[in-house]
Amino acid sequence: MESLNADVLMALPEVFMLAAASVVLLIGLYTGRASETLAYVLSLAALITTAVLVYSTSASSESFAFGGMYLNDPLAQAIKLFACVTVAAVLMYARPYLQQRARISAEFYALGLFATLGTLVMASAHNFVLIYLGLELLSLCLYALVAFVRDSRDASEAAIKYFVLGAIASGMLLYGMSIMYGLTGSLDLAGINAYLAQSGANRIALVFALAFIVVGLAFKFGAVPFHMWVPDVYQGAPTAITLFIATMPKLAAFVMAIRLLNYGLQELLADWQQMLMVLTVLSVVFGNVIAIAQTNIKRMLAYSAISHIGFILLGILPGTDFGYAAALFYTVIYVLMAAGTFGVLILLGDREREMDRLVDLKGLAKTSPWFALIMMVLMFSMAGVPLTVGFYAKLYVLQSLVYDGWLSVAVLAVVMSVVGAFYYLRVVKYMYFDEADDVFQVQPSGLAQAVLSVNGLLVVALFIFPNALLNYCVQVLG
Amino acid sequence: MKILCLIIVLAPLAGALIAGLSGRSIGRAGAHWVTITGVALSFLLSLVVFKQVILDPAASMSIDVYRWAVLGGLNLKVGFLIDPLTVTMMLVVTFVSLMVHIYTIGYMHDDPGYQRFFAYISLFTFSMLMLVMSNNFLQLFFGWEAVGLVSYLLIGFWYTRESAIHANLKAFLVNRVGDFGFLLGIAAVLAVFGSLDYLAVFSQAPGASGQTIAIAAGIEWPAMTVICLLLFVGAMAKSAQVPLHVWLPDSMEGPTPISALIHAATMVTAGIFMVARMSPLFEFSDVALSVILVIGALTAFFMGLVGIVQNDIKRVVAYSTLSQLGYMTVALGASAYSIAIFHLFTHAFFKALLFLAAGSVIVALHHEQDMRKMGGLRERMPVTYWTALIGTLALVGFPGFSGFFSKDAIIEAVHYSNLPGAGLAYILVTAGVFITAFYSFRLLFLTFHGESPDRGKVVGRITESPAVITVPLVLLAIPSVFAGLFIGPLVFGDYFGDSLRVLDHHGAVAELQSHYHGLGSFIVHGFQGPAVWLMFAGILSAWWVYRRQPTIADLGKRKLRLLYNVLFYKYGFDELYQGLFATGTHRVGTVCSSFGDRMLIDGLVVNGFARAVNWCSLRVRNVQSGYLYHYAFTMILGLLVLLGIRYL
Repeated sequence: MESLNADVLMALPEVFMLAAASVVLLIGLYTGRASETLAYVLSLAALITTAVLVYSTSASSESFAFGGMYLNDPLAQAIKLFACVTVAAVLMYARPYLQQRARISAEFYALGLFATLGTLVMASAHNFVLIYLGLELLSLCLYALVAFVRDSRDASEAAIKYFVLGAIASGMLLYGMSIMYGLTGSLDLAGINAYLAQSGANRIALVFALAFIVVGLAFKFGAVPFHMWVPDVYQGAPTAITLFIATMPKLAAFVMAIRLLNYGLQELLADWQQMLMVLTVLSVVFGNVIAIAQTNIKRMLAYSAISHIGFILLGILPGTDFGYAAALFYTVIYVLMAAGTFGVLILLGDREREMDRLVDLKGLAKTSPWFALIMMVLMFSMAGVPLTVGFYAKLYVLQSLVYDGWLSVAVLAVVMSVVGAFYYLRVVKYMYFDEADDVFQVQPSGLAQAVLSVNGLLVVALFIFPNALLNYCVQVLG
Repeated sequence: MKILCLIIVLAPLAGALIAGLSGRSIGRAGAHWVTITGVALSFLLSLVVFKQVILDPAASMSIDVYRWAVLGGLNLKVGFLIDPLTVTMMLVVTFVSLMVHIYTIGYMHDDPGYQRFFAYISLFTFSMLMLVMSNNFLQLFFGWEAVGLVSYLLIGFWYTRESAIHANLKAFLVNRVGDFGFLLGIAAVLAVFGSLDYLAVFSQAPGASGQTIAIAAGIEWPAMTVICLLLFVGAMAKSAQVPLHVWLPDSMEGPTPISALIHAATMVTAGIFMVARMSPLFEFSDVALSVILVIGALTAFFMGLVGIVQNDIKRVVAYSTLSQLGYMTVALGASAYSIAIFHLFTHAFFKALLFLAAGSVIVALHHEQDMRKMGGLRERMPVTYWTALIGTLALVGFPGFSGFFSKDAIIEAVHYSNLPGAGLAYILVTAGVFITAFYSFRLLFLTFHGESPDRGKVVGRITESPAVITVPLVLLAIPSVFAGLFIGPLVFGDYFGDSLRVLDHHGAVAELQSHYHGLGSFIVHGFQGPAVWLMFAGILSAWWVYRRQPTIADLGKRKLRLLYNVLFYKYGFDELYQGLFATGTHRVGTVCSSFGDRMLIDGLVVNGFARAVNWCSLRVRNVQSGYLYHYAFTMILGLLVLLGIRYL
């Protein structure tokens, strides 16, 4: 009994989040404005409380619970903190957008909280089954969120595609996991690692299982060639939902990759490195090249996301601690940039129109200079121009590659970043050097605007003080 | 201490940001109050730091504030090195800057760019403090470039004037040449020592003195000589030494307070400061010291000569600045770093004073700068006259005034130097004293004495300038007289401690030290050398030519036509650079641009590549058909690829 108590105490953030999400779901039974507001406030409070709980559980070293299934360590703590903060910011961005379209209800918040719970579980999972559980919890919420606006054809189409492809990917992941279990006789990450380290299992079968697991990972990330859902979902979903999908799940994908590849399958380093190399090269090349041809800004950002995913995987590729830290740094920075970019798009749209064509941004510098400035900073950051933190994100990843001798891959990544700069700078050109086609007035909500300003300033501030975050990342993955 | 230093640096920056970004909402008075408060705070805190360091030599320290980035084992840091050399510069910079801030209220009173101006000069103060307080080469370079940037902005402050635009472009380009050398020098430091931290580099310097570095295939030079010469190229541009001096006279297109602050007292002395700061390096290269000695002497003598034929009041002062910078450089070359800094110290006061006095005259005459149209201002502007007289006496080195001590010490130091070129340098700097006295008193006589040629029109309504202008004049006049009294501790005492390093065989200062027996005997000793008598001769000649027999000037101009023209065209440097570099570069640039850039790079590489990428992009995006079964099929293909690369 005592040990169960200790276990539950350790998993308190997850337990609390589950309770909070259920309460919010119950509130959803009542319709009306008041219940929506209540759900919103409760959700924010739940996220903040969870963050505090996460912060207060000391995780200076690894500690296990529930018979080794649940792991609390600095990495889990970091991912949980970032996830809670990100989701809170996303809710603040998304609310005015959904409110304007009279499509908001408490269910939105409940789904958001359950998705967060899925990420929390994944962050602490130390067992194939738990990883899968968290992943499915997160994914199911995302499918539902994409279809949240039920009468939208685009959204429904996107949701069904996402769901079917996601199911295939999940199936592959599960298949890979089951073969791995059959070969090693363990579901526990440490157990698998120990088994692989001491005995030569059937190599051919191991690689076979590994390939399926990598496919599951790559799909979650959206790496080429498992990226097909990304553009359709980004474009089809309402912008507020796209914002959600573009940010928090990347953290989940990152932690899943580290747990599986580094904790569980470290012994197969040489094998998964080759697989990752194919994925990263394809992602960086295709993401950047195809983005150029896009006229829809959400679709363009989807391909840009694919290329950024390529960079995150590039950090994981060398299999070194610094590489992992660089990848985490990149992930956090990407989430920050993506949140800001979609935030600008959300705030610029209004009841009648979505800001989703590139040409909609024309002349933005005149109509709303502050948004244009933030958007410019974000675009420069995504392109990796100095004076923005995007530069450091790319620099650290490239550094980790060069240290480990992946010179040609690093050169390719740099060249492709130059290609990428084109479509980011095109956005700046539209905003600053072109005249607006029609004049529109932006009336954003105060809170969202404040969040956006902080978001934009962070991108610059982290350039001046990158070390705090980098040191944190290094320490977490040390 | 760390907090103190941070406030000293950041207070002017805060002032600059407030005045610059919200100048419109805080208004004119708001702009000058906020910047003056910031600089005054810096000055007062500098005094506190000064007191701590002077009272307790152990208070010298290197403080790392913040590690900005780590690149391949190289730490890029922001930090401060606080020692006697630094605190002296901090005091000079903040004091002169404060005076100039106050003075600007009067000088720029009617200017529409009032707030912008205050933002710039506060930004300059920040940059200059970053430069002098740095404890590593990278931050030094940051400050170096930042002061260059502000200088560029301020020379072109009146950006609607064609000549101002030309002048600031010129300053910018000439400084690029110097910065190129400077940056190479820093790179060489990094290559030889593997660090950019002052203390780490300095402590390794003695061990590296035998090292060589390949400057071209097969040619090996001593590493220290290469480093020092490259760094000195930077100093030559910043401190306007021949032949990179051409930008400084033109910089007088900027408002006068700027000429005082940046182009006389502080920024142009950055090169002098830098060499003194790097004395632990320069000491190990006799070649570099010889070059410095000769370049400085040439500048001191020949730029002074040009000053004689200038008619624009500010340009005369500008050429005198060039000449005085030459003196400081000579002192550096003679390993008399403390004397160079001492001259920098006294010069900052009396030259800022002279510039501000010239500015006072210019304001009173409604922006008339031609001395031929002036005259007889002595009675109408008594404060300006008397302070200008003090400044002039200090400049020419009248016994007892501050300039006397510093200049005489330089001449003596060169006398004792045994480097190659010291003999030539000694002759040039001694003769330079006569020239300095001549052009300085020419300025004084033409401006304040005699009668104005068109008296009724220009001089009639002239009155003394307001208090915001005259008070800084008086405050600057005080150190112009008395700053020389510090020669005992500053030059001959142990004031600078370890911050300046001199090797035993460069014994000029030590030699002087052994002859020094107090201020009085220094003055008496001065009368035994030729310099003081040459100074009196210069004053007398100026009086003779411009007061007693004004026809001599015209006669001389006609008789010495050739010499006059050589001087009037400033030895043709401008024409040479314009013809050779500007036109030549422009021509090469045109060819490169039309053929290389537009055809090859733009046409073939950039646009061609872009077209290719675009073409690919349009094709590849068709893969994204929108059909679910295509998507699923791609995933299966991907899986097969992943399996394939490990099995095949």
